[in-house]
Amino acid sequence: MPTPNVVLHVADVHKRFGGLHALADIDLQVEEGQTHAIIGPNGAGKSTLLNVIIGKLAPSSGQVIFDGAILTGRKPYQINQLGIARVFQTPEIFADLSVLHNVMIPALAKRDGAFKLNMLRSLDSEVGIRQEAEHMLEDVGMHSSRDMHAGSLSRGDKRRMELAMCLIQHPRLLLLDEPTAGMSRHDTNTTIELLKKIKSRGMTKVIIEHDMHVVFSLADKISVLAQGRIIADGTPDQVRGNPKVQEAYLGGTH
Amino acid sequence: MLAMSRNDLLLFLGFTIAVLAMPIWLQPFGAAYPDLLQRFMIFGIFAVGFNILFGLTGYLSFGHAAFFGVGSYAAVWSFKLLSLDAIPAMIFAVVVSGLFALAIGFVSLRRSGIYFSILTLAFAQMSYNLAYSVLTPITNGETGLQLTLGDPRHFDRLFGEAMPGQPVPTLLGQSLGGFTGFYFCAGFLILAFFIAQRITGSPFGMMLKGIKSNQTRMNYTGFNTKPYTLAAFVISGMYAGLAGALLAVTDPLAGAERMQWTASGEVVLMTILGGAGTLVGPVIGAWLIKYFENIFSAINETILARFWDFLPDGADHFAVVVSSKFVGEGWFLTLGLVFVLIVVFLPGGIMEGVRRIAHLFDRKRSSPTNPGKTAPHPQPAE
Amino acid sequence: MFEVIFLQFLNGLDKGAAYALIALGLTLVFGTLGVVNFAHGALFMLGAFCAVLFRQLLTLETVTIDPTKLSPWGQPLEVRAPLVQAWFGDFGAVLVNYSVPASIIITIPIMLLLGILLERGIIKHFYKRPHAEQILVTFGLAIVAQEVIKSFFGPNPIPQPMPTDLRGAADIGAFLGMQANVITYPIWRLIYFLFSAAIIGGVFAFLQFTTFGMVVRAGMADRETVGLLGINIDRRFTIMFGLAAVVAGLAGVMYTPLLPPNYHIGMDFLVLSFVVVVVGGMGSLPGAVAAGFLLGILQSFASMTQVKALIPGIDQIIIYLVAVVILLVLPRGLFGRRGVMEA
Repeated sequence: MPTPNVVLHVADVHKRFGGLHALADIDLQVEEGQTHAIIGPNGAGKSTLLNVIIGKLAPSSGQVIFDGAILTGRKPYQINQLGIARVFQTPEIFADLSVLHNVMIPALAKRDGAFKLNMLRSLDSEVGIRQEAEHMLEDVGMHSSRDMHAGSLSRGDKRRMELAMCLIQHPRLLLLDEPTAGMSRHDTNTTIELLKKIKSRGMTKVIIEHDMHVVFSLADKISVLAQGRIIADGTPDQVRGNPKVQEAYLGGTH
Repeated sequence: MLAMSRNDLLLFLGFTIAVLAMPIWLQPFGAAYPDLLQRFMIFGIFAVGFNILFGLTGYLSFGHAAFFGVGSYAAVWSFKLLSLDAIPAMIFAVVVSGLFALAIGFVSLRRSGIYFSILTLAFAQMSYNLAYSVLTPITNGETGLQLTLGDPRHFDRLFGEAMPGQPVPTLLGQSLGGFTGFYFCAGFLILAFFIAQRITGSPFGMMLKGIKSNQTRMNYTGFNTKPYTLAAFVISGMYAGLAGALLAVTDPLAGAERMQWTASGEVVLMTILGGAGTLVGPVIGAWLIKYFENIFSAINETILARFWDFLPDGADHFAVVVSSKFVGEGWFLTLGLVFVLIVVFLPGGIMEGVRRIAHLFDRKRSSPTNPGKTAPHPQPAE
Repeated sequence: MFEVIFLQFLNGLDKGAAYALIALGLTLVFGTLGVVNFAHGALFMLGAFCAVLFRQLLTLETVTIDPTKLSPWGQPLEVRAPLVQAWFGDFGAVLVNYSVPASIIITIPIMLLLGILLERGIIKHFYKRPHAEQILVTFGLAIVAQEVIKSFFGPNPIPQPMPTDLRGAADIGAFLGMQANVITYPIWRLIYFLFSAAIIGGVFAFLQFTTFGMVVRAGMADRETVGLLGINIDRRFTIMFGLAAVVAGLAGVMYTPLLPPNYHIGMDFLVLSFVVVVVGGMGSLPGAVAAGFLLGILQSFASMTQVKALIPGIDQIIIYLVAVVILLVLPRGLFGRRGVMEA
């Protein structure tokens, strides 16, 4: 059996805020094509970990390696250009623009890179990009609202559009920060369905989540975070059966 | 590559015709004289350029008058040193103001929000103060930089002796006074509008709108936003320089007061009044402000007295006294009030008003079963 | 040499005090209401014109013609009698002499009322709107205010004499045990500085030691939480705006003998005060005060002839230059908090 290809490696990361040890000894390996969930109760350090991964926070020690490249110290746009896309806890979208344009912008970033002074071309002549965006919207079931103002979409639709914005870049790694936070049951279910659909395409994903329902229906592998440490690591079944996890998390407030 | 959609083409043609025909259709408004028309063109260019920065990226610069002033100085220096021909002056002015904008933008754009506004304001005030003091050899201080008979004009001397009399800017030997000057400026406004239209409709323009809408998302989408904003800043600085140069062409005297922050504030007013982020809005804002400035500041008490004559004695006197506060010297009071009303009730400016009215008619025409999209609400803060 | 430096330091104090007072008001409004108030300079100017108005009222005269006497030009003599003196006698004369400090009694209620009206009428509708729109609407209000003043008081500066007893200079050097007549300092500037220090101290004490101030400070830190506690934060914020207006107004009143006010004095100070606020750090009260004095004193040093000979034009740009450098080195100013106004 060939060794699995590790896409993202969080290596011995520590993060301290003053006296607070927010992350201790984090070592994570995310394998190609897998959906890796990071769960844990509130305040466990999930957001800190995510911010360290995407370079927003510098780790006090340790490194984050993506596909052979060290992420620490890179700017968000550089990290994206390496092939990492991110879905935010509250959808970060272009509320003033149409849905179609929202999806076209990331496609242009993928094609043109971080900066291109293409001010004499007309947007209308970008037929390829436009078609790509329309296909993507069809894929997530939003083609009918492509001309709507993105700001007027429902929360679930904003999330779907944000996913489309990430997916159109064909990222090597997709980071999802509580993708169903604050959603109705219905929106949560449609989002899970959508994520399952993407999963079949073999994209690597890291999901930060505290909704167990979401995690167990999507993840191939789960790491449980509590008080800044990884207390368990494994397949959903292994994690479910782990007494430490039940103590720290399942038996806790939830 | 230069193909335009039908709507864009119609807008451009309509704009061109409206501009070129201004000497005709402004006749009934008493505004069809060259001096005022030239100003319409010049400040139209200034506002269109300002809108490329503020309207598209949302970065509010309070120092754009500096580029306007630099453009004026550069143009006058070109007249003095090179040639009285307007073309080299324009080119020189646009290049110089572009470089100036590059330097200021590079530093100012390291910050955003109010910090950016204050940085641009600080740079503009520095330029203004220096123009009045240490840089007097370049700017001629309070007197202002003007043409003299003794200017070297190296290019012109190559082709023969200077013409007698007070030197005036020319275009290929033709004087640029009166309506010739207007058409010269109009050509540049149409060109400026065309370029702005292209930029707005380009992928680059969409990136700028993306930056205004959500800079975080732009960053996480893989864009380095800084060169985009810097490019927008430089382009709009060049527009300001072009406008400043044109003002020097029509009136070859450059003074430091053109760089004062009130002048920067004026272009902000124009853009907001017309509608920031729209193509036509800023131009209309500039025209309206310049038009009413012209009309209102010319009104005096005699005219008012005649206007209110129909009122009974006493009341007419009262009306004259009250209304005289809003005209003549008091024109800025009217402007300030209108501006406050616009920002409070119509943040999208005149263009939003037009849209709302059009929308109203639309709804009346279409059947009530179609609720239609609600007009975009003035953006909530968070 | 020490004397020269000390003197320049003193010279920077009164201007620094004015900057600090305006910046303090700006910061109060920004910190509590989250509003970027470009009309704050106009409030300073309105305060200054309260002093002008007060003096004009005090010096209203009755003009009677005395037919029994002739003026040197052969016309009936006009006898001008200031009303205040006619009514109050000597006390009236003292009142006229002390018109500037005395006008504080009308400035406080006027400015408070103006501030409250402004906040209730316009500003409160802009809490949730983008900062750019706040800047724009207050900028418009500033234009309106200065044009109204211009139409009533004319475009020219109106000198306000300081009380006769407070003219001249104090020998600070001698007071501090140095040689006499080396370091002298105009009394009124000294008064302005002490007055400003008192107001600044008062505002800080008010915020520090009263329940009202405590709630406001909590509101500055986290507006929503305080709202959740069921405290009527909105009304307190209205009062804060009024208070900021009073502070700006008082700064304006007392500055009139130093600089005859005209209608655009507010704008002139506003631009500088914004620079001060940004240098101090948006939303930081100590920052505003510190930066105000820092810039005032730096400006005073930059206008020394020796310095000007070294760097020509430095006195014209020093404040902006410092602002640019500080903003680039310390993105949030001297005392700014993270995340304020960075969108």
